[in-house]
Amino acid sequence: MWNKRRDEEPPKPYVPPPSHPPSPVAVPSAPSFTESKKEAAPVSSTPIARSDMDARSGMASIGKAVKIVGQIFSKEDLYVDGDLEGTVELLEHKLTVGPNGNIHAGVKAREVVALGTIQGNVEAADRIEIRKDARLVGDIRTARILIEDGAYFKGSIDIIKPEPARAAVKLPQPVAPAAPPPAAAIAGAEVKR
Amino acid sequence: MPGGGSPPGRFRHGGDEPEVVTTRRSRALEEFFLDIRGQSGLTILDLGGASQENVNFITNLGHRLYSENFLQILHETFGDEGTVDHSNPGQIEFFLRQALDYPEGHFDGVLLWDSLEYLAPALLRAVVARVHKIARQKSQMLAFFESDDKLERVPCYTFRILELSSLQLTQHGTRPAVQLFNNRGLEKLFADFQSVKFFLTRERLREVLVRV
Repeated sequence: MWNKRRDEEPPKPYVPPPSHPPSPVAVPSAPSFTESKKEAAPVSSTPIARSDMDARSGMASIGKAVKIVGQIFSKEDLYVDGDLEGTVELLEHKLTVGPNGNIHAGVKAREVVALGTIQGNVEAADRIEIRKDARLVGDIRTARILIEDGAYFKGSIDIIKPEPARAAVKLPQPVAPAAPPPAAAIAGAEVKR
Repeated sequence: MPGGGSPPGRFRHGGDEPEVVTTRRSRALEEFFLDIRGQSGLTILDLGGASQENVNFITNLGHRLYSENFLQILHETFGDEGTVDHSNPGQIEFFLRQALDYPEGHFDGVLLWDSLEYLAPALLRAVVARVHKIARQKSQMLAFFESDDKLERVPCYTFRILELSSLQLTQHGTRPAVQLFNNRGLEKLFADFQSVKFFLTRERLREVLVRV
């Protein structure tokens, strides 16, 4: 299941230190979070570094003790620090794979930042960053690429011309859902099996 | 470590030895790219792992870049400094599947850098045969070899393309010389190829262009 936790790493409730206000990631307050299904919040269940939290503020987040198998469609930026198998689509948004993140999936996003592992083909309309110590095995199609020393990359790189004006992009008309939304939809991210 | 900017962080020789960065003019590199000038959408294989400079240079020419961190895969397969026998057929086959598993005639150019110097004879023959197979006929391969074939240890380099005829070499440490070649040895090594062209340089690294 998408929110199955690893046996070897039992979840620990995140208790923010009393001197600090609750993290916007740990306790989401953005409208998109409240609109999402309330079944399971995909937030990290383990304490995270402050700089990490800053980077993640305002993003949907999949914590490092979470494993998802299936398809993810997201209409907001997404931070993945857990395991993910399947496909990931954030066509207008940014995907960040945290240092503990392990994605075994095809990825389509506006922007991809890899600090962890991605195994699969990646399409990033705007840019992709492969940071130091990240590992990416797969073919990349993007407009811009940044590879830091210390990153591991195996695959091909196709540079595509960035799309012209955003205004020219035809957005799909909203369609009323024919079926009830997936139970696992989370923080703007949709998980299908 | 060889190869257009192999990530120094992952696999490197030399421990804490400071890196030495130099730039050099490379006529072989220039000729490699002049040979495919005016064309775009070609497929170039870089065995040195991905570096920002090489990715930029090759993709700015309109080519598709394939990146393999040859030495890291070598290290993972055979151990650091070749602790595992390079002549084990099973290991050789495994290595080829990991590093050079591409269709026949797939590449329009191959940047080998100095990776062949890390290979003992059996593995070297297998790698050269595989590269010959996956490179398109009449395409070119660029390789570097130490010119002093009596060294016991040789420097490890990272190669980065700065301009059409300019390379940045970062030396980090040394490694035992597995196999060093004179010109005759190189001609024998590439006997199945169309031609081998040597470029005279004042540096210790010989530049060699091999026509498939």
